[in-house]
This record gives sequence, structure tokens and C-alpha cells, in this order.
Amino acid sequence: MQLTGSLFADTSAKYGNGLSTFPDYPAEIRAPHGTVSGVSGFQVHIGSIPVTTPGDYCDLLVAMNPAALKANAKWCKRNAMILVDEDAFDAAGMKKAGFTTDNPFDELGVEDRTLIVAPITTLTKESLKDSGMDQKSILKCKNMFTLGMACYIYSRPLETIHAYLEKKFAKKHPEVIAPNKKVLEDGFNYAANIQAIPNTYTVEPVADLPKGTYRNITGNQATAWGLLAASEKSGLPLFCGSYPITPATAILEELAIHKNLGAKTLQAEDEIAGICTAIGASFAGDLAVTTTSGPGLSLKSEALGLAVMVELPLVVVDVQRGGPSTGLPTKTEQTDLSQALYGRNGECPLPVLAARSPAGCFDAAFYAAKIALEHMTPVILLSEGFLGNGSEPWRIPSMKDYPAIKPPFVHGTPAEGEKFRPFDRDPETMVRKWALPGQKGFEHRVGGLEKTHAGVLSTDPDNHARMVAERAEKVARIARDLPALEVMGPDSGSLLLVGWGGTYGHLSSAVSELHAEGVEVSYAHFDYINPLPANTAEVFARFDKILVCELNSGQFAAYLRGIYPQFTYVSYGKVQGQPFLVGEIKDAIKKEI
Amino acid sequence: MPNLTFQDFKSDQAVRWCPGCGDHAVLAALQRALPQVSHALGYEKERYVVVSGIGCSSRLPYYMDTYGFHSIHGRATAVSTGIKVANPTLTVWQACGDGDALAIGGNHFIHAIRRNIDINIILFNNRIYGLTKGQYSPTSKFGAITKTSPYGTVEQPFNPGSLVLGAKGTFFARSLDVELKLNEEILTQAALHDGTSVVEMLTNCVIFNDGAHKDLSDPAVKADRTIVLRDGEKMIFGKNRDKGLVLEGMGLKAVTIGQDGYTLDDILVHDASSDNMGLHMMLAEMKGPELPVALGVIRNVKQLTYDDGVRDQVLEVTAKSKIHSVDELLHSGSTWEVK
Repeated sequence: MQLTGSLFADTSAKYGNGLSTFPDYPAEIRAPHGTVSGVSGFQVHIGSIPVTTPGDYCDLLVAMNPAALKANAKWCKRNAMILVDEDAFDAAGMKKAGFTTDNPFDELGVEDRTLIVAPITTLTKESLKDSGMDQKSILKCKNMFTLGMACYIYSRPLETIHAYLEKKFAKKHPEVIAPNKKVLEDGFNYAANIQAIPNTYTVEPVADLPKGTYRNITGNQATAWGLLAASEKSGLPLFCGSYPITPATAILEELAIHKNLGAKTLQAEDEIAGICTAIGASFAGDLAVTTTSGPGLSLKSEALGLAVMVELPLVVVDVQRGGPSTGLPTKTEQTDLSQALYGRNGECPLPVLAARSPAGCFDAAFYAAKIALEHMTPVILLSEGFLGNGSEPWRIPSMKDYPAIKPPFVHGTPAEGEKFRPFDRDPETMVRKWALPGQKGFEHRVGGLEKTHAGVLSTDPDNHARMVAERAEKVARIARDLPALEVMGPDSGSLLLVGWGGTYGHLSSAVSELHAEGVEVSYAHFDYINPLPANTAEVFARFDKILVCELNSGQFAAYLRGIYPQFTYVSYGKVQGQPFLVGEIKDAIKKEI
Repeated sequence: MPNLTFQDFKSDQAVRWCPGCGDHAVLAALQRALPQVSHALGYEKERYVVVSGIGCSSRLPYYMDTYGFHSIHGRATAVSTGIKVANPTLTVWQACGDGDALAIGGNHFIHAIRRNIDINIILFNNRIYGLTKGQYSPTSKFGAITKTSPYGTVEQPFNPGSLVLGAKGTFFARSLDVELKLNEEILTQAALHDGTSVVEMLTNCVIFNDGAHKDLSDPAVKADRTIVLRDGEKMIFGKNRDKGLVLEGMGLKAVTIGQDGYTLDDILVHDASSDNMGLHMMLAEMKGPELPVALGVIRNVKQLTYDDGVRDQVLEVTAKSKIHSVDELLHSGSTWEVK
């Protein structure tokens, strides 16, 4: 189903529609088939205007078995179409899904929707009976038949899918290209012929999209590419030390492909080795990265403290998932914010950034690396399962439009008799200099023990207090380089909606819709969490109340309250392992106005 | 050719180990070995990086006037690995203790060895936690009475040599802290070996485990209870150089030359570069009273290193790929134009 959804999405993207996707799948690789907990879903939202969320409620639900129907019926709009494979709705299938009557539509209260009950399995078998394929392979093609039907309903051209099939199977299984094309077309034609489909839809391409070359991209892919871009712009080879973990693994996999761009990936023996190899690589002069999710970030805590102490650049990407502990590995949340901000021993501040959309992961990763390299600090980039797995069309940028990255390297050799002092700082930025092993005359030692500017071990109380303050000030001064916080909507007013990270699509959609309805509300979205943009207090001061919406129980709200206690905050959280619904946000806003 | 002396490797920091600690001697041996390595390989001083974890011996980088990284408990091996992969032209040395490398850092230790990353690990084995003041370690002998085992431990110790060889290590050597000359020789060989070199240094802890290796290091018994193995030489030991090792049945046996019909010809010749792990394992596991404890380079074999593998793969893939810039990457695959 994931592939079917992706193909529908890619077709729509190429056609020029606004697009957002949301794969929602169980943690098990082969979850019990036909059970409600084992349903693997793929949500696609297309539009003739730009689309920023995968949508709250659906116009078409495709359910390949009773369990899928049961799990998702509640998301159908009142006028939705429901397409099911009749063959799967036998007694066994109904029982497995927990239906107690023989009419699933009545039982779920969706009998008034437009129901398209088609014997998809039978039709697929019929379509491919002369293909020479075995039964098992034929049955696998029923999703392709269904995709053909969906393409008919939404007037999608089939060329993109043909091209995909040709490319995908050209080398290993050329014999399956023709049957797949046939079953796709048969599905399309079947939908055209049955007359059970009252409406077909034409979703025109978005009219005034900026000109350029576009591609579809997932958040994890964009994160990997943003890091490669930072590697190119800094001239430093990329090193990624990581341990596989859902939903972050695709970043490591993606980087592993791009050795052609000098990327070195090390699949470590554990999360700790992931970050520690990266710290070693950073000491030796690579752009060092480690990628993980919440449980992995917990394991990396001690080493993160080391990176703060030795003041070496490092990018830690946390693709957040449902927690605590193993939690909900394949579901999305924003519950690692506090861990990112505070989860280390000692006073241990570091910059925290958050990506706002799948394609936005590219810039987020690029600037996370830029900050790390130019300010000699580990940086945590918070992504989310929803962003990492989700995709959207992206106007491909040109690298010439991105700034150079200039790490504070030492040059030349120290004067005769002078020793390199590793923790002397630039008085403006508080950033130390970076000397790489192999550079003559700059031999020095770093480590987890507190040191003086000269790099000498020290337990002197005043020195410790000074170093703690300097490390904090170094991070705080990054705010000088950050873009100002922007406000969508009126500059001042009664209510400011505030969000961070991957909720951008839903929050901005809610605000747009409310604006169209004539509701006055403003919205500020945070890409930079520590430090906050320099104008944050100034923006907040222009509003009576600040509504903080996030996919946790109020972590960002508590953080803001701690820094700016003078403002009035209302916290609206959701911790269900699912993204917001635009409707929920609109209701929350209306309640506060 | 760099003309460095041991003075060049001494930092300006006061050495703060306890008087009589075995670590002093190992540091001295390393400072004496590196000029020889530099001479042999043409390495300037700035190519050396000394990494450590946490523990008494892990203070070593501060006493070396090289690039140094005093990391966190158990993780030195991972930090070393990252350094070497990032810049394979560096020569990475690592100091770690028995607790650091074999308890908290055991996982990183065996995986570095498995990968055969080209780093040199000095494992200071004093069979005790010194810095935390006297708790038993993974190499403390069964029954050892320490602060956390007041009635004696009830767990078996690791033999680091077996662990290294079990992980298919390509270089393993063992020595005693007091063997300054032998240690210089061993450390130099470790540096010349491509791949993970592990040198187990049996060190004394004067405060918490004094006499940790006295049963081997006591001059009165040393010659009879230890054997120094050298590649290509007969396995002979003993005060009178009249004892030797032979292979009999399933195992090794110590015999006296000229007795029971054994002649010099029966004595095994050490082959450190043999692919056969079995004999190396037997040598690493020898212990008294029947057999002498093996010192010297027990195993030294050639195999592809991880850092070379990583570098070669980057070169190969780069040569084949059509994509050489991020702009090209962004435009690769499926794209479409909006006009």
C-alpha cells in the first residue's frame, strides 16, 4: 500500500498538483494481516493550490480489506467515496477485523457514503490469467489494479506510473513490466465502465507555482541532502556515524549511497558509538553527523556533553517518534524537545533547531551544520517521523544561493615558543579556534574534564564558573545570526498562535482558513528553539495572549514561560502519535479569541 | 626523516600518577617508541593523536606532547575510530584500562577489532578499578577481595588476549609494565602493523592492587613463569634457557630440553603472522603453574583495514558516478518543470 500511495503521489506531483503525503504504518514489518492494528495506510492530499498538510478528512478511502475500512472509516467526509475489495470482505476477513454483523458499512455508520464495492481480487486474476505469472505474484498486483481505479477517479495520466514500472523492473524482472501495465490499465478501464462512480474529479495543476524544476522529496532524504550541501559549502567531507533506528534510518541509508560526494558512513555498533565516532571525526576535521530518534538521543546524552565540553562541531538529527521508551516507533510526536534542550548532566547548553516540513528539512539540516561548524558546538536538529516519511513537491534550489560555511580554522603555525590555547575565544562570538591533528605546531589536548583557556586541567572554582558562563554565552550569541521571527497575519492583536517544527503545515493551514473566514489571528513559527530569534520578546509583547500548539503536553510552552515569564500563555497539546488536524487547531484558536 | 627524541613527546604537564604506578613505565616506553616509529615511517610529530577513555591510565594523553583527546568512559575506541576514518593519515594511539575497555567499553572494543581499524590500543591491565578507589574489574581474578567484593568475586575474569583473538584480532601483544626495553619493541611493532593493534600491558596498582602481577614480574621467578615470544624464534624460556614449548595432543606443553627425550628440534618456532588462530589462542591463554605466561607479540597478521576500505570505496564510487556536486544530485532522478 505504501508503494501504491507513493505512485499516486508522484503522479500528482509531476502533474503539477499541490501535494502532501503521510505514510502511517505499524511497527511490525509483517503485521498480522487483516487485523485492525496491522493496517498500513498512506494518506495523500492533492490540490490545485499549494497543499501543506496531508489533510484531516478524506474524499476517497481505498480499503483493501475489512480491517482497513474499520481503522479508517471515521476519517471519511460526509460525501466521501469508499472503494473496497469485495473479495476481501468474506466471513473470515470480517471476523478478523472484529465486525459483528455482515454489513460493515452499517456497522461503522458510513452506509450513506458513495460505496464502490468491486471484486478487485477476482478482476486482477482475470486480468492476468494469461500473463504467465504465478498466483502469488498475480495477487500482489491487486494494488496496481486499484491504483488504476483511483487514477480514473482523479483523472490522473498513467504515463508516470508506466515510466516507474519500466525503470524499476528493467534489469531484474523485465517480464513483470507488461502485466503490471496491463492490470493498471484494466483497473482504470474497469472504473470507467462500471458506472458505480458518480463523479470523477479534475484537480488542475497549481496555477501560479514559482517557475523552476521541481521534485518530490521526503524529509529524511532532504535532511541527508542538506547535510551533503553543507559538506560541499564548507569543503569538509561528511562523516555520519549512526545506528539504525525508526524513523531516522533512511537518512543513514541515503547518505550511504552518496560516497560519490565524499560522504563516509559508519554503521556503528550502537548509538553511543554512532555519536562518539562522529565526535572523533569532528576532532579530525570532518563535518560530523549522527542521526537517531528519541531513544537513541537518550543513549547519546553523555557524549553530547563531551561535544559541548570540547567545543567541537557536530550535528545530531533526532527524527522524533512516539515515546517514552520504545513507545510508538512508527508514529509521530514532538516529545523530545525537553530532552534536546536539557537532557545532559551539568550546565550543558547547545543550539536546537527544528525542521518545519519535509522539503524544509534540507534548509534545516544545512543551517544546523552551518551553526555547528561556525560556532564550534554540537547542534540538535529536531525532525519528526511525520516529516521524515512524509513528502512534498520541492522547487529545487541552486547551491549558488546558499551561503559559504567558514569554520574558524587556525592557519599557519604558532609563533616560536608559543603554545596553541584551544579555548581562547573570539570576543565577539565567543567561538574558539579549530586546529586539526596534522597541523604542525598546534598540538593540544581536549577532553571531558574542565580546562582553562590554555587547555590545562583545572578545578579552580572561578575558572569553572567562567567556562560555564562562556559556553552558555557562545550559544546565546548565535541569536545574532538568526533570521528574525516572522508573523503571519496582523502585526499585533489579541491572539498569537505559536508553533515549532513539523506542525507548520497544519498551523499555517488553520490560520489561512481562518483568515479566509474573516477571523483575526496571527501566527509565528519557530525554526530556531535555542537560542530563540532575537526579536521573540518584541513580537510576543504585541499580543495579549500566546497560544502554543505542539505535539506534546506543553514542553515549548513551558520553555517560553521560563524565558519570558511576562507574557500570557495558553498551551494546546496533543500526544496521540498522530499529527494535528487543521480542524482541531481552528477550534483551539476560536476558543481563545 | 624526522629526528625526534623522547623529549619531543613529553608534554609540559606534571605527571600525576601515584609514585610506583606501573603507568609511568608504559608512558616512558611509548615516548621512547614513537621516535623510532617516526624514523621508520617518516612521521612528523603532528601526525600522532593519543586518545583515551576514563580511568587512571586514560590521563596519558595529557602527558604526551601530541594531539590528544581524553574522551569519556569506555568510548575511546569509538572516538579513535572516527578520527582514523576521518583522516587515515593520522597515527592513532589509545590508552585505556581494563574497566574502560572491557567493561563499559567492551562493545566498542570488540567491534573495532572486528573492523580492523588501524589504531593502536594500549590496554593497561591492573585488574582493578583504581580511579574509583578499588573495585573489582572484568580482569580481577576469581575470588578477588575488593571493596565491592568483600567476600571475593564469584565471576570469572576476561583474558584480554582471548577476547581480541576471538574477535579475529590481527595484532595482539602482551607485556609487563617493568619491561621497558621489550615494551619499546612491542609498541614499535604495534605501530608498524596495519589494523587494530592491541597491546596488553600488565601494570601494577601500588595503592589498590599492589603486586597485581607479582607472580610474573618478581625477578626470582619471571624467567620461569613467562616466555617472551618473538616471530621466527624458538619458544624457549627459563632462567637457564633450557625450557621450551612443544605441541602435544590437543595442546601446548612445557618441556625441558634434554630431558624425557626432548631436543631443541622439538621446540616450536613462533609464527606471529600465521593465519592459524588456534595456536595463537593457545599461546594467549597459557598460564601457570604448568605453562609460562606469553609475553611479546603473539599475533601479527595482515588484513584489509576498515579505514582503507572506506577510503577505497569512496574513490571507487566517485570514479563511477555521474554525480559530482550537490546541484547535480538535486536534479538527479525524477523531476519536472513548471514554466
